Amino acid sequence: MTTHPDAGVLARYAEGDPALDEANVWSVETHLETCADCRGHLAGHAPDDTLALLERVAAGIDRGIADGPSPVPRRRAWSAASRRWFVVTLAPWLTMTAAVLGCAVLLQLGMPELPSLVLLLAPVAPLPGVAVAWNRRTDPAWELIAGTPAAGLGMLLRRTAVVLAVVVPLLAVAGARTGAPLALMLFPSLAFTAASIALGALIGVRRAVLVLAAVWSLAVVLPSLVTSELPVVLHPGGAAGWALAACAMAALTAARADLFRRLSSGN
Amino acid sequence: MRTISAAETAPATYAWAVHAEQLRVKAGRHLAVDGLDLRLQTGVHGLLGPNGAGKTTLMRALATVLKPSGGQLTLLGETVSGRADLRRARRGLGYLPQDFGFYPRFTVREFVEYMAWLKEVPKPAIPGAAQRAIERVGLTAKADAKMKTLSGGMVRRAGIAQAIVNDPQVLLLDEPTVGLDPEQRLDFRDLLADIGVDSCVLVSTHLVEDVVAACTDVILMSEGKLVFQGGPEALIAHGDQGDAGFSPAERGYSALLRRHRGGVA
Repeated sequence: MTTHPDAGVLARYAEGDPALDEANVWSVETHLETCADCRGHLAGHAPDDTLALLERVAAGIDRGIADGPSPVPRRRAWSAASRRWFVVTLAPWLTMTAAVLGCAVLLQLGMPELPSLVLLLAPVAPLPGVAVAWNRRTDPAWELIAGTPAAGLGMLLRRTAVVLAVVVPLLAVAGARTGAPLALMLFPSLAFTAASIALGALIGVRRAVLVLAAVWSLAVVLPSLVTSELPVVLHPGGAAGWALAACAMAALTAARADLFRRLSSGN
Repeated sequence: MRTISAAETAPATYAWAVHAEQLRVKAGRHLAVDGLDLRLQTGVHGLLGPNGAGKTTLMRALATVLKPSGGQLTLLGETVSGRADLRRARRGLGYLPQDFGFYPRFTVREFVEYMAWLKEVPKPAIPGAAQRAIERVGLTAKADAKMKTLSGGMVRRAGIAQAIVNDPQVLLLDEPTVGLDPEQRLDFRDLLADIGVDSCVLVSTHLVEDVVAACTDVILMSEGKLVFQGGPEALIAHGDQGDAGFSPAERGYSALLRRHRGGVA
């Protein structure tokens, strides 16, 4: 800190004495910036017309603040989140998924002679949500978003994560109610999610979801309902295979990340 | 006012902000942009052309929404045709589509802030950038109104605000004056001139007088090809008393189009 200027210099500075040379003015100002005591002394030296001017300015500023728009209230994060796209667009699809899973649980509890419907439906449960997640038909602002640097695989994965965050707990609850093994509930659904994104790189995620869901229903769900037997792919030993498939599909997706930079016409 | 970073005053390492060579872009199956050569520098460029000339398709390709099916496209020195990384070029882009959708429950501020976040504006700078963009388009009083309560002209101004929120070096505006009243159109021209001082602005419109009043450069497109590029005076100089149109610029516009069609046929 610089040395305190003496009272005489401070008084001349306060009066705006033109005889005070620039070097002195600078040193006084530098000192005032860091010394609250000297600022207090300076206020005591201020002439009346300066005090009147300050009074007028303060009153003017107060009036301006009172008349102007009020400050924007601090928003809570959840209030903006509740208006986000996924609440409006995704909520009906996720509700439908929950309802279908609920029906499957009830059916299975009511008719134990059928093969486990919950197990049969679990692999395709996240797919409706994934299909809607990044899609020009369901996202009204797609054209604005498709041209931003954030668009791409990262955005698709973020939105898929929102879907999984809802569907995976649902599957866990459904599995717990019916006594189905948890690994066989989760790994196939993750494998199908990863596969729809990997296939989506080539034909668009929406089409990929349609293809995968159709193949699964025709090749596995229908035959097992007809024969009343659980298919061999859903036997307890298959969990490791499903986990492996999920990892392989995820790796394939990561390797083709550049294909997601534009929203393809398939979406 | 805002602080200008060192990156903004650094000299550009490219000759043209937008450089297209033999660009071909498909709209569905139809080849809407067919062998277009275009070079744009800093300034306000007006894109004119009859309906179906390929203006919107060209805008979408320049905004990196559509992938060109042929030719070379370079934005801000980054190649964006083919499978190149688009992230760097997209950070310097602002785009207002012709019919843009939005989330009706968002407020104007949330909408602009969300777009700023998607455009990877640094997080601490987002509220300030959004407020500034909203003030520039004159929507301050409506900043906390929900998007669904706005009139058509206000929605369009909110769209312009999201396009300029990241201070883009290339600003693409597709029919920005639709739904603006005459006074707002004049304000919008001032805004364009202001942005055009240090960025490349491409405005697509069908209002010839807008282009003559607000643009430093006119681009005329027809059937996916470049017909004319030059200053507004050059456009006016092409017209004769015998050509269709109410103003000298409109006569120049119709004369150029007629000559182009005559040459093609």
